[in-house]
Amino acid sequence: MRYVIIGNSAAGIGAAEGIRQIDRHGEITIITNEPHHTYSRPLISYLLLGKVTEEKMKYRGGSFYAENNIRLLHSTATEIDAGIKQIVLSDSGFISYDKLLVAAGSSAFVPPVEGLDTVKDKFTFMSLDDARKLDEVLVQNKRVLIIGAGLVGLKCAEGILARVSQITVLDLAPRILSSILDDDGARLVQNHLESKGIAFRLSGSVKRFEQNTAVLDGGDTISFDILVLAVGVRPNTALLNGIAEIDRGIIINEKSETSASDIYAAGDCTQTLDVSSGQNKTMALLPNAYMQGECAGINMAGGEKSFDKAIPMNAIGFFGLHIITAGHYNGEVYAENENYKRLFYSDNKLNGYILIGNVEKAGIYTSLIRERTPLDTIDFTLVCKRPGLMAFKKEDRTVKLGGGAG
Amino acid sequence: MKRVYVNEKWCLGCHLCEYYCAFAGSNEKDMARALKDIKINPKIKIEEKDGVSFAVSCRHCREPLCVKCCITGALTISDGVITINKDKCVSCYTCILSCPYGAVSPSNDGAVQKCELCVRTAEGTPACVRGCPNGAIVFEERG
Ligand SMILES: Cc1cc2nc3c(=O)[nH]c(=O)nc-3n(C[C@H](O)[C@H](O)[C@H](O)COP(=O)(O)OP(=O)(O)OC[C@H]3O[C@@H](n4cnc5c(N)ncnc54)[C@H](O)[C@@H]3O)c2cc1C
Ligand code: SF4
Ligand code: SF4
Repeated sequence: MRYVIIGNSAAGIGAAEGIRQIDRHGEITIITNEPHHTYSRPLISYLLLGKVTEEKMKYRGGSFYAENNIRLLHSTATEIDAGIKQIVLSDSGFISYDKLLVAAGSSAFVPPVEGLDTVKDKFTFMSLDDARKLDEVLVQNKRVLIIGAGLVGLKCAEGILARVSQITVLDLAPRILSSILDDDGARLVQNHLESKGIAFRLSGSVKRFEQNTAVLDGGDTISFDILVLAVGVRPNTALLNGIAEIDRGIIINEKSETSASDIYAAGDCTQTLDVSSGQNKTMALLPNAYMQGECAGINMAGGEKSFDKAIPMNAIGFFGLHIITAGHYNGEVYAENENYKRLFYSDNKLNGYILIGNVEKAGIYTSLIRERTPLDTIDFTLVCKRPGLMAFKKEDRTVKLGGGAG
Repeated sequence: MKRVYVNEKWCLGCHLCEYYCAFAGSNEKDMARALKDIKINPKIKIEEKDGVSFAVSCRHCREPLCVKCCITGALTISDGVITINKDKCVSCYTCILSCPYGAVSPSNDGAVQKCELCVRTAEGTPACVRGCPNGAIVFEERG
């Protein structure tokens, strides 16, 4: 059996590990257009911060490919011919497959703003190479403008704050981290970031750039030396254009199958069911990428696996303040403010939560969302206050602690 | 594989397992000295309410969500034991977000902590099991 995986990151590695759970000998080729050993993408901001080295960023150990008998091919897949099951490579080679996984991830969306071409030092923040390029221009007296107050923009800000003179973060939304925080939570985190020296311009957008100046919609201007564009990501779906069903991302089912036979997809390039909201979404998050990839790999190798519990979920921290969120924020609210906590529930189910600061045992909440646990089967009042196994019925606890677990 | 199992019927709520766990992780020879004047941060934790108590530590899941979700590769399965490489961990807490038992917790050495069945102390039987005076925590094969 010849397995080909396009993408050498979380989803691709998950697939290779999934295949090897079932098939020790089949031929696995991973194609990647990044000239690196598999690395943890989220660590690029930690690299600039000096908290990790490139060696420590490796997502799997140095001997991973050899140990798992995987061929790593540094090339770009330019086209898929699903009829003859062949992939065209940029260096004009071909590679044939029996089972194919597209784990091509996502790319930074670069908004078409007038005058962007006049900005000399502009960067996106998605890859190790992006981080290396940004690293070269970081100098103490430089001012940085980051467009986008989402996870990527703010992680970048944290990573470089100590190495530049000033950071301003601009976002169209009226609050930071708008996809994962509510108003109060966002305010709290913003205060924390401001206290560290990051400045914000919210509800704002750039009308045009004039070299080192951003002219905002209202007419205000912001001067900068370095521009980072972090307004969002777009799934890399192009390879399957005309081959499989694509909406915003490549559509996959709970087996990570696309609509094309013998072609699977996983990770940031896909769109899948969010069980917390019942909506189909792109969820650009590493845990989902890995689990979809692993699921694809097992099925590609002839095993049986379903991953039907995807939910948006995030653990992120800034300068020691930890934030964990999951699910979607609909329904009635349980709120605590001293340690910021919001639980959202309706129809006897927990839909989502936000924890800032004290994040202990957050996984208990995540599990209630993921498993769609009926709240009348647990002590919900207790679990709101204190997440733990105590909230479960004795017989459920006996199973969890007595061997019937995971 | 042998795992730690808990039977709440026998738990006295004495918290000795927590002390033995903290001691096992301390690299000290003398328990009293190791734990003197410190607030312990054990990897096994007692939950208690209304006369019911039980110890919770890592289940060493066969499908460990913490390992699958770890963003750096710091958590791995090594002979069935879910192990943390503290050098690789960046304390992002994605594992705390994912573990359905609340078995991973922050620590003060820059990495998270979780039960590793005392494999690093090479004693054969985990310290919490040896320390429990009432047999409420056992280490055995249950398939
Ligand atoms: C700065 C930053 C911080 C983040 N922090 C977090 C976090 O804390 N928690 C979290 O859960 N997620 C985080 N994420 C998101 C996380 O990194 C992604 O969800 C995850 O990497 C997705 O994995 P993937 O394998 O689907 O795709 P990717 O990691 O995007 O990898 C896809 C790979 O495929 C390659 N490729 C694409 N097309 C081709 C082709 N045609 N031929 C060959 N190769 C190709 C790409 O170059 C890339 O190497 C962060 C992302 C960034 C940028
Ligand atoms: S830490 Fe949690 S998820 Fe990981 S193996 Fe232990 S119990 Fe399972
Ligand atoms: S806190 Fe450490 S072990 Fe947990 S997910 Fe993050 S890097 Fe992995």
